[in-house]
Amino acid sequence: MRELSYQEMGLPEEEYEQIKTIMGREPNYLELGMWAVMWSEHCGYKNSRPLLKQFPTEGPQVIQGPGENAGVVDIGDGQALVFKIESHNHPSAIEPYQGAATGVGGIVRDIFTMGARPIALLNSLRFGELDDPQVRELFAGVVAGIAGYGNCLGIPTVAGEVYFHPSYKGNPLVNAMCVGLVNIDEIALAVASEAGSPIMMVGAKTGRDGIHGATFASEELSESSREKRPSVQVGDPFMEKLLIEACLELIQEDLVAGMQDLGAAGLTSSIAETAGKKGMGVEIDVLRVPRREKGMTPYEVMISESQERMLIVPRQGKEQRIKEIFAKWGLDATVIGQVTDSGMFRVFEGERLAGEVPVESLTGGCPVYTRVGEEPPYYREYRSFNPDSLPPYSYQKALEELLGTPSIASKRWVYTQYDYQVMTNTAVVPGDGDAAVLRVKGTAKGVAMTTDGNSRLVYLDPYQGGKLAVCEAARNLACVGARPLALTNCLNFGSPEKPHIYWQMKNAIRGMAEAARVLDTPVVSGNVSLYNETAAGAIYPTPVIGMVGLINDIEHRCDMGFKQEGDIIVMLGRRRDELGGSEYLYRCHGVESGAVPVADLDEEKRLIELLLELIREGVLCSCHDISDGGLAVALAESALKGQKGFEIQVTDNGRPLDGILFSEAPGRVVVSFKDNQMIAVKEKAGQYGIGIQVLGEVKGEDMVLKCAKKEVIRLSLEQAGKIWGEAIECCMK
Amino acid sequence: MKFAVVVFPGSNCDADCYHAVKNVMGQEVDYVWHKEENLKGYDALILPGGFSYGDYLRTGAIARFSPIMPAVVDFARRGGLVIGICNGFQILLEAGLLPGAMLRNKSLRFVCDTVYLKVKRSGTPFTNQLQEGELIRVPVAHGEGNYYCGPATLEELERNRQIVFTYSGPGGEEGEEYNPNGSQANIAGIINREGNVLGMMPHPERCAEHVLGGTDGCRIFASMINWLKEARVK
Repeated sequence: MRELSYQEMGLPEEEYEQIKTIMGREPNYLELGMWAVMWSEHCGYKNSRPLLKQFPTEGPQVIQGPGENAGVVDIGDGQALVFKIESHNHPSAIEPYQGAATGVGGIVRDIFTMGARPIALLNSLRFGELDDPQVRELFAGVVAGIAGYGNCLGIPTVAGEVYFHPSYKGNPLVNAMCVGLVNIDEIALAVASEAGSPIMMVGAKTGRDGIHGATFASEELSESSREKRPSVQVGDPFMEKLLIEACLELIQEDLVAGMQDLGAAGLTSSIAETAGKKGMGVEIDVLRVPRREKGMTPYEVMISESQERMLIVPRQGKEQRIKEIFAKWGLDATVIGQVTDSGMFRVFEGERLAGEVPVESLTGGCPVYTRVGEEPPYYREYRSFNPDSLPPYSYQKALEELLGTPSIASKRWVYTQYDYQVMTNTAVVPGDGDAAVLRVKGTAKGVAMTTDGNSRLVYLDPYQGGKLAVCEAARNLACVGARPLALTNCLNFGSPEKPHIYWQMKNAIRGMAEAARVLDTPVVSGNVSLYNETAAGAIYPTPVIGMVGLINDIEHRCDMGFKQEGDIIVMLGRRRDELGGSEYLYRCHGVESGAVPVADLDEEKRLIELLLELIREGVLCSCHDISDGGLAVALAESALKGQKGFEIQVTDNGRPLDGILFSEAPGRVVVSFKDNQMIAVKEKAGQYGIGIQVLGEVKGEDMVLKCAKKEVIRLSLEQAGKIWGEAIECCMK
Repeated sequence: MKFAVVVFPGSNCDADCYHAVKNVMGQEVDYVWHKEENLKGYDALILPGGFSYGDYLRTGAIARFSPIMPAVVDFARRGGLVIGICNGFQILLEAGLLPGAMLRNKSLRFVCDTVYLKVKRSGTPFTNQLQEGELIRVPVAHGEGNYYCGPATLEELERNRQIVFTYSGPGGEEGEEYNPNGSQANIAGIINREGNVLGMMPHPERCAEHVLGGTDGCRIFASMINWLKEARVK
């Protein structure tokens, strides 16, 4: 391998100078590589750290906030959920199957490293439009990669989202989330606190794959990115499955003092993070690291991102027992070095000291940039756009087009490739509800989870869009009957060095933080993916929220399908006709503009409480939030899920009906219930100060929308099912 | 009754089967690690789903060489009840306990869904609680469930009534659109000639509780328990 300069490794000159000052000399090539990966945006969060400080991270439900491998929230009975979301965007852009597969592998390791049994996977995906053959190839490859890895592990992939938009052409987003279940007294943290403790490595052998992956993830994608294909790791889910089982056995027997997975920046990062936390040092010998390629230099061994490797610091005297457990699973655990109290990270190659770096500066010393954002000129222009100025559009045609747009259409083609039922816990499966629901065996509890993020809204108005993403996630959990507990987030943005992009980040984070605070869903973990840009420009700013919630009694859960002829259909929430940023404006009028509807956080919170109470009392037969495509699409989805038609009356309020039908304004849900519950629902809604609009009833086999007794839309279930159900499949044939 | 769930490295439905047998059906059950060589004391074996050895060579192809397999074959030859589910079915094929082979799904994609099965034969140790011609709803999840066998074998399977479950439409209709993997003759599950070894791609353990959306799977486990009880009485 040709030697790279510090610039090629992604270090700017001022940082290189800073490193020289810290070391008091020029770093050698190995040391330089270690600095470069640790001070990359991916590992060091140097552009995002000051902004992330705005997030609320505490609450009585929080056991572990940001700073560990994953966040932890209390779900009662001595149990907790461990969860995190992470991006694997750049690798997936150039090698979709392996990029996505290893994204799943990485996030799963973060979860079982904490001692938790992974119980669910979710993913949030963004691609260009499906009429482009290259995009179809990426999409198919990413889905197959997620399936190939997750299915083999036997962890159900239970929820997620997929959107298609031109801004992601060439730079797809692949965000994977994992949720684990742990007994609170078995949570493992990555800390090495005793000098003299051996450091063991276990799992796959180290190769040259993934060298400089963390650095690569911190650059813009370009024509030459494909040449970086060797930076993409190859996944081995079978090895990972063995690691999960073996590592969880170690935890159960209480054999480890510290455990850390090898992810971005490989050995360098995992060792630094294990030793760096308590001001300890470390010595390792690269010759003892099991390798699968000959002639690897210390530099290559230290920054390789070969997958499925773990670092273990045993409790005193437990080394032998650890080796036995690994041997049972056919794995070799090798001692590669030891913890010291020197504060130095020393890398030996046999007897020779190949490099040494102060641990603390490597992890904590990463420079932080507080940049100045600048409002882009588009912002004001879009805000002042008035949708009423657009020509009329057939409502019937609009609904049909929206149902057939891949971002809204059924994702069956995607989720049937994922094993969503393994582990026999999935009580609300993909496509059935606004969030997945899993029972917790041995208890009456259920846990719910979702991912959400509408990037168009964030693009048009980052502050409002950030708030809306959090609101939608919380609302989705409430729609299945779960109380939102906490969130993880993946911040996918363009280059923070560009003032307009930094402005997007700053405001989106501010909005998310505000909503998370009001809705009492603290941020317990997260990941930042910047430099999502191609020659054509940056992606739409895409903060993705992963949120988990709790159902005390899983019998009290709800899905979105209409259940029975004659059930009453109402909209809970205030009538809002705002069309700014809607899919309707984009699909039917080719416009991505308008003022983004403002979230009323207090109202959102009251709506959540109302839904939880109605579901707990068994009042609701179905519940579905109004989001992409608006009320008309929400009604159609409930009808299609339940295979029951409806007849709805709407009023025009003196303006065209497209507002009421297709507005994506927040704080609104469509529910159905038995006709004898009308008084109860009205009363409860009144108590919580939530508006209620009676729309009509579940009826027949057609979807019928009327205004002033005149039919404005009529679509048979069969026809709608064909449009909505086959849209993605047709594109992928 | 005492069940054994055989665990290969890469099995991932072992815990699900264990849970269904123990907590839902209320039977005794042990995990048996693939390195064991003895299956004494068990009344029935479950080879669970998953990706044994990563399914890297061919599904089930490496698992059949596990140390436990001679004992499994011996158990079956002596008339013990063996059910192979999904990857377990694939292993039974590789081990020669059932005829035929698995190909990749016709779509070339993994498929997870809940399908209708038609009970083609009741009265077996696995179907004595089901009616012939009856439809049950059972989840499938596999990438290689496309059952194949030569015409002579197929004829033999049909003649000996070894086809136990086929994929079906909601009204009992047969057709390509209801077959999730393109299997020959819509085969979802077959039994050996002696009637004590069943292989099926669908997962009965995934539909054994109301919270999971159905309980048809219980009836397959209940059939086994019932058959074992009656065998004991005799």
